[in-house]
Amino acid sequence: MEKLTYFPGCTLKDTARDFEISGMAVMEALGYELAELERWNCCGTVFSLTEDDLMHQVAPVRDLIRAQEAGSEEIVTLCSMCYATLKRASLFVNGNQERLDKLNAFMNKEVDYEGKVNVVHLLEVLRDRIGWDAIEDRVSRPLDGLTVAPFYGCTLLRPKEIAIDDPEAPTVLQDLAAAVGATPVDYPFAVECCGAYQVVDHRDIVIERTHRIMSAARRADADVVVTSCPLCHYNLSDTQKELVRTVPDYKEMPIIYFTQLMALAFGVDAGKIPTALRAKLKRLQPAKREG
Amino acid sequence: MAKDREDGKEMVRIHVMGKTYSVPAGLTIMDAMEYAGYRFTRGAGCRSGFCGACSTVYRREGDYRLQFALACQTTVEDGMYLVQLPFTPAPRAKYDITKINPNENVLLQYYPEIARCVSCNTCTKACPQDIQVMDYIQSALRGDIARTAELSFDCIQCGLCSMRCPADIKHYHMAQMARRIYGRYMSPVPEHLEKRLQEIEEGKFDAELDRLMHVSRKELEAAYAARVREKAPAGSERSE
Ligand code: SF4
Ligand code: SF4
Ligand code: SF4
Ligand code: SF4
Ligand code: FES
Repeated sequence: MEKLTYFPGCTLKDTARDFEISGMAVMEALGYELAELERWNCCGTVFSLTEDDLMHQVAPVRDLIRAQEAGSEEIVTLCSMCYATLKRASLFVNGNQERLDKLNAFMNKEVDYEGKVNVVHLLEVLRDRIGWDAIEDRVSRPLDGLTVAPFYGCTLLRPKEIAIDDPEAPTVLQDLAAAVGATPVDYPFAVECCGAYQVVDHRDIVIERTHRIMSAARRADADVVVTSCPLCHYNLSDTQKELVRTVPDYKEMPIIYFTQLMALAFGVDAGKIPTALRAKLKRLQPAKREG
Repeated sequence: MAKDREDGKEMVRIHVMGKTYSVPAGLTIMDAMEYAGYRFTRGAGCRSGFCGACSTVYRREGDYRLQFALACQTTVEDGMYLVQLPFTPAPRAKYDITKINPNENVLLQYYPEIARCVSCNTCTKACPQDIQVMDYIQSALRGDIARTAELSFDCIQCGLCSMRCPADIKHYHMAQMARRIYGRYMSPVPEHLEKRLQEIEEGKFDAELDRLMHVSRKELEAAYAARVREKAPAGSERSE
């Protein structure tokens, strides 16, 4: 089994456990082991935009050092926010000797970071290394008839230096959905921002955005929204509960991680799946769902 | 760095609160300060590296970095600038261990400042116990109580980490809470201990204890020599 140097991030150990459970299961089914770094720290969550502030690069660069210590020149993440923070930090310091020197001098108890670790998102591994055909071959319960609205959010696509796909018209989640037999739908808010941390101080922004995003997905006849960001997942699903209470006739739409969609099609551990989606799948694949 | 000699002894210079003293080489920082005439009314306890009372911050001449140590465990060096920290004013969360919900967010709930950690590792550099302090803060942050308890196990509550942390985290209080939660809710319950405690409570050994309280020293020694030892569990090695 081929090993990938895996950086989970805090959320996948906590509120987004189903993301990790399903991610591990589908990768194993495809012949890959997500080998978690032995030591790692929070990536910092948000990339610091201050050009001369190296202090806030210490956290992500320390994780790059951990990969280097593990003998790897690559870190794979599942969480799109970790991806963005680590990737931007790597681009900020790799090849910049002055920044590397300063950081290495500060982190004098660590081995020097050589500036060689590349950060990739699992979706890139699936698309570029494994390929849609191999994924299709592994499907044992095709999700025929299931309509999927991809939700990219920001951090997989912006800024464009770190985009894993066309930042304006990405297709990787649609292609993945198609590979597992589902039908991707087109709707106008796939690359919108959900409101991110505004949920703390300006909940109204997130509620308003969730309403807009989810209503558009419903108008496009989606059965489920698929994401790769635990914060998008939290914002969309948590504020939906509020919409159910406050908006007449609002119907909750299930939201899952892309790895859960794959796990459902592979017949491996998908973690917790929203009841509405389970019911839908039962109707779609009555015979196959048994057992 | 010049070293003096007094009475044939090798001497070193230390600086304490702006004054320079000549003290015999080879003393611990604590002994050296006492030799120089300081008396510890706080900041000293076990004198064996266990109680964490004697936190010291020092700097060597010609080095810009601050160093951290336990005064009772570290030998003086020539030219040390010494500061004792007899107390760390770190606040501690109030909780009733029997009433908390030991979920993965409980440490964050009582010590929310752990989320401010920037992974600078300053706490680890300050720790005289060589604990991976940053790593236990990080595992607490991701809700891994067992790992936090394990990594912090050797903590002696000296407080140096918390005095240095740019994020004002109260490492050792938080870690103590993690170990308490682990002990109460997560570590496996030892069946034999539960059984024995129940036997004690039911008074199974009262008569025997009463008897032992009144036997002669000689009889007591004989009984001790003839005591039955518990067999080591299979596969384990025990040195006595
Ligand atoms: S949480 Fe919101 S802001 Fe962050 S990536 Fe997801 S969509 Fe964008
Ligand atoms: S973890 Fe902090 S309080 Fe505990 S021994 Fe280390 S420095 Fe002292
Ligand atoms: S000193 Fe504070 S901020 Fe720095 S690594 Fe330790 S806990 Fe985190
Ligand atoms: S707080 Fe920051 S800016 Fe101020 S002295 Fe310390 S390192 Fe420098
Ligand atoms: S006096 Fe107890 S550790 Fe130094």
